[in-house]
Amino acid sequence: MKKKTILVACGAGIATSTVVNEAILDMCSANNIQANLIQCKITEVSGYLDSADLLVTTTITGKDYPFPVINARAFLTGIGLDDVKQQILEEIKK
Amino acid sequence: MDTVCLEESLIMVDLDGTTNEEVLQNMAKNLYEQGVVKESYIDAVIEREKTFPTGLPTLGCSVAIPHTDIEHVNRKAISVAVLKNEVDFGIMGEIGTVTPVKLVFMLAMDQQHAQLKLLQSLMQIFQNEETLNEISREHRKEKIIDLLESKLNH
Repeated sequence: MKKKTILVACGAGIATSTVVNEAILDMCSANNIQANLIQCKITEVSGYLDSADLLVTTTITGKDYPFPVINARAFLTGIGLDDVKQQILEEIKK
Repeated sequence: MDTVCLEESLIMVDLDGTTNEEVLQNMAKNLYEQGVVKESYIDAVIEREKTFPTGLPTLGCSVAIPHTDIEHVNRKAISVAVLKNEVDFGIMGEIGTVTPVKLVFMLAMDQQHAQLKLLQSLMQIFQNEETLNEISREHRKEKIIDLLESKLNH
């Protein structure tokens, strides 16, 4: 299985993506998965169009990307978190 | 240092405002007057909220975590406001949806990709219905600080 590159983005690249990034790292190690995580601002995502496999974001994307996009607000509020984790795991394992 | 000091001067109770912009303006102006942020933070945080809304529906009362780029910040701090009446904020990650916010945590962050523990603890508070409701009913600044510090810096 190819090592996947996951973008973790928020508006400022400071607050919420930091929390989500760490949560995904934990999730990967708990499931014995190796992945490349890149934390960035949503405006920087366009620089990774060719290299990324998945975008996990807390913010509005406003456009289409060549990879799946998963909303990560659940990592902040805890509401629906298990579902979102499952979605991310499924994408990484593809 | 990953801990943050909550200062009474940055806690606002019964904050009045009819729009989120008014609330943001008040909180950011106070941060500026306390020397925590530069004057440019005020407009920057208002603009950021329009583009990237930060309202979060939780199991308790809704919260918002307005923040903006580190270049507008002098030193790391969190300002907390309990709003007199709930004010609509856009929901983070959605377009055209709002949530009635009672608690606003305005973040002044001075480093990128840092403050992980602090932010994680803050999100833990957002997942704690009881703590959120307790803060939202509180009118004493020192009590709010006690409540938050017991959860943030441990």
